Amino acid sequence: MKNIIEVKNISFKYPEQSEIFKDLSFEIKRGEWTAIIGQNGSGKSTIAKLIDGLYQPMSGEIFVDDLLVNEENINKIHKKIGLVFQNPDDQFVGATVEDDVAFGLENQLMSTDEMHTIVEKSLKSVNMWEYRERVPESLSGGQKQRVAIAGIIALAPQIIILDESTSMLDPLGRKDIIDLIYRLKQELNLTVISITHDIDEAALADRIMILNQGQLVEATDPNDMFSNEDKLLELGLDVPYTVKLMDALRQQGLDVPHRYMDEGELVKWITQLK
Amino acid sequence: MIMSNFIFGRYLPGNSWIHKMSPQAKLLISFFFVLVIFLANNLISYAMLIVLILATIVLSGISISFFIKGIRPLLWLIIFTVLLQILFSSGGTPIFKWGIFSITDQSLINGGYIFIRFLLIIMMSTVLMLTTSPLALADGIQTLLKPLKRLHFPVDTLALMLSIALRFVPTLMDETQTIMNAQRARGVDFGSGSIKHRIKVAVPLLIPLFTGAITHAENLSTAMEARGFTDSEHRSKYRIYKWQKRDTISFLVYILVAVLVILVRK
Ligand SMILES: Nc1ncnc2c1ncn2[C@@H]1O[C@H](COP(=O)(O)OP(=O)(O)O)[C@@H](O)[C@H]1O
Ligand SMILES: [Mg+2]
Repeated sequence: MKNIIEVKNISFKYPEQSEIFKDLSFEIKRGEWTAIIGQNGSGKSTIAKLIDGLYQPMSGEIFVDDLLVNEENINKIHKKIGLVFQNPDDQFVGATVEDDVAFGLENQLMSTDEMHTIVEKSLKSVNMWEYRERVPESLSGGQKQRVAIAGIIALAPQIIILDESTSMLDPLGRKDIIDLIYRLKQELNLTVISITHDIDEAALADRIMILNQGQLVEATDPNDMFSNEDKLLELGLDVPYTVKLMDALRQQGLDVPHRYMDEGELVKWITQLK
Repeated sequence: MIMSNFIFGRYLPGNSWIHKMSPQAKLLISFFFVLVIFLANNLISYAMLIVLILATIVLSGISISFFIKGIRPLLWLIIFTVLLQILFSSGGTPIFKWGIFSITDQSLINGGYIFIRFLLIIMMSTVLMLTTSPLALADGIQTLLKPLKRLHFPVDTLALMLSIALRFVPTLMDETQTIMNAQRARGVDFGSGSIKHRIKVAVPLLIPLFTGAITHAENLSTAMEARGFTDSEHRSKYRIYKWQKRDTISFLVYILVAVLVILVRK
């Protein structure tokens, strides 16, 4: 498969700070779901912003869909990439749900008729069409994230980057958003990058990359990695209840398998113990 | 939440003639009406305006109790102004005199007229607020200010700022509430004490509120940029409020009444 994102030897620093990335390179394949995990402050959001051209690297090059990310191509880059941020309130620009979805289209100078068609289609695909006249304060966090996703797919991107987009939601809301992204990825042939602390979200990915000290490396054995509490903490992931229980069982001398299990799987495994 | 309801949450969605009018027409007619109010100066002319505003209210399909609610917060201001007018105006035959205060037949009539003026203006602005969403109002202002664009006045930027500000009012209100609750849990009393005390407890409330607002603004601008925003003067519009036939008809009715008022005034 072809690479849709190529990051080549970039370095980056914020003003008056030490370098976050030095000679960082990595690729993302078209149609893949990649999870990026790492401690707070390790630079995950910065990577997302660099890919979208919101920041420029000091040196090195980034290609998105064979297009060099620079000032000149910035509008095309923004159209190819949809970014969903962490705080649902901070990305709701419009006064109502439909106005918010239309925001990106208005920036493209699209005609009013065409906009109405696309807004309807996008809101229907995230099941928020009935809420089109709602104001943001009358929506839950998960519903606002759905609206944010609708606003992004309205622009027909090829890549969606979720920057901890589910971290402010409750467990059900998280699952709901991840299921939605999963469905949209199939329907629209999207490439997905999810930056996350959530193990279930990471486990869903085709590929897991770990950001540590300015380097992005691929996780070799996710299953082993996810079944150990200390390891998870080191990776900046939330430790789920099941992993804590598995660790405790191990300390009791039980031979617990070295792979991540969610609640259902763990219950099944325990009940078949003799 | 209560505060935000008081200021902005008063819009009542509906399908009436007035609801369907374009916001720029409603704004224009409201300004026009206020002008006409100051032309009226006798009983017949005021009676005409009262009939006109009542007809407008009926057409808006909103129950009169909402209008009474709209007047209530301003009641003391109205009573105070009317009393001043009655007690301190001169001219006419005195009915009652006490020191510098005097009540004349003329001052009573003037007081009554001022009361009616207040009532008319409040009624009109209430109709406007109840039948027009804040967003539509911002759009209406944008349309009306459009001629200023030729003077390089950033009309579209202003309209976008206004609509984003309106959108964030409830968010910031909620945050204020959260911070207040957190401070209350630590024993801060917001409701009582000297002015000095009240200022002292307001500071730890305002600082997190401001830093929060700045974070919102930073994140929002990144999100806007990521969705292709470059500047507010080069965008198309999702909502278009065209001037309609009903706007023209409504305006003509108001002009007709204005002409009648000019004819019957003293
Ligand atoms: N706008 C900014 N200005 C200066 N420093 C920043 C800015 N944004 C992030 N940083 C710093 O850069 C580092 C990486 O931040 P970030 O990419 O947000 O990490 P992550 O998303 O992994 O938590 C942190 O040390 C953070 O303090
Ligand atoms: Mg981050």
